[in-house]
Amino acid sequence: MEFEPQVIIKIAAYVGGGLCMGIGAVGAAIGEGYTAALANEAVSRNKDLSGDIFKSMLVGQAIAESASIFALVIAILLLFMDIPVPSLLKASALLGAGISMGFGAMGSGVGSGFPGGQACKGISRQPKMTGRLTTNMLIGSAVCQTPAIFALVVALILMFIDFGNVPLNPTWAALLGAGISMGLSAIGSGYGGGMAGGASCEGIARNPETVSSVTTIMLVGQAVTQTPCIFGLLVSFILMFKAFPETTALSPSMALLGAGISMGFGGLGPGIGNGMAAEGAVRWVARNVKHQSELMRTMLVGQAVSQSTAIYAMVISLVLIFVV
Amino acid sequence: MTIEGADIVKAAAFIGAGIAMGFGAIGPGVGEGMAAAKACEAIGKNPKEAGLLTRTMLVGQAVAESTGIYSLVIALLLLFVV
Repeated sequence: MEFEPQVIIKIAAYVGGGLCMGIGAVGAAIGEGYTAALANEAVSRNKDLSGDIFKSMLVGQAIAESASIFALVIAILLLFMDIPVPSLLKASALLGAGISMGFGAMGSGVGSGFPGGQACKGISRQPKMTGRLTTNMLIGSAVCQTPAIFALVVALILMFIDFGNVPLNPTWAALLGAGISMGLSAIGSGYGGGMAGGASCEGIARNPETVSSVTTIMLVGQAVTQTPCIFGLLVSFILMFKAFPETTALSPSMALLGAGISMGFGGLGPGIGNGMAAEGAVRWVARNVKHQSELMRTMLVGQAVSQSTAIYAMVISLVLIFVV
Repeated sequence: MTIEGADIVKAAAFIGAGIAMGFGAIGPGVGEGMAAAKACEAIGKNPKEAGLLTRTMLVGQAVAESTGIYSLVIALLLLFVV
């Protein structure tokens, strides 16, 4: 049974679009549910402030929603874009774009819900700190949107760059691997960044004087938490833009696909782990600000160890791309 | 496209290396993060014991790291030895 390239490209675009929106909807919905749950708790604690809490809930949810709006945009583009030169290579690029944006929206969606929810709860505890809590909520959720934005960039490159004259085999695997690498590694960083952001809002509400120390350690923790998805972005850029020699064998393609799988899944765990470490440190700086330097040091040492597995995954990816 | 036996075996080894290192990195990453979070909590509660707590955290993380290193070893074996 032989298919025309047009048919295969349509199949790839529709499957990619479905994966993109289906998986992309998971995260934001969970994150927004968490925000709403804590907003309810906050209103029941202090119902006079229900107006402020309601406003914060909506702002927090709107940020969490943006990840899944990116997924919606990519899914709609995949369904309706036209492809001037249909080729099998483009089919694999479109599937890769769907995977990248779908998984990429998951972590950021869940993560952005944590600062939103904790800010609502914080307003009910410390109404005077409403402004500062909103600021920290916005900074915290904005940082945890970055992995979704990286995934969006990779998806758009895969969809709109013309990979015209490169050999089909093994480049198809490189493009699919680029999507897997970026999409999966974004899950951990998005989720982890949100944990740190949530802890900062909780901490400010508990102990308003610590606001500057808490914000500093939150930003440092979130920055380290972003590194696994930056590794993912790096590997996916190499996979998209390096020229691979033409081959008829199967193994070079599988090496490139394997590079994407290794970095994608390999970035997931360290991203979440770095976020946990940051959450613990931020939470306890708010409770024991005198010892913030010890806490910062412990957080960074712990994150560095947790990061090592992402570095192993990156090494294996680079070996698969450049050596074997 | 004709595919030879040796080519399929190599292809399987490459994709296997990717899966081994990728999935193998998830657990240690999360586990070491948990250890670090709890170490921060403990130092926050009892700052005088910071040195002891950091040592305990590092030993615990080293043990958790071992599975990540097993994955790395298996991935490298798949790439270069078998």
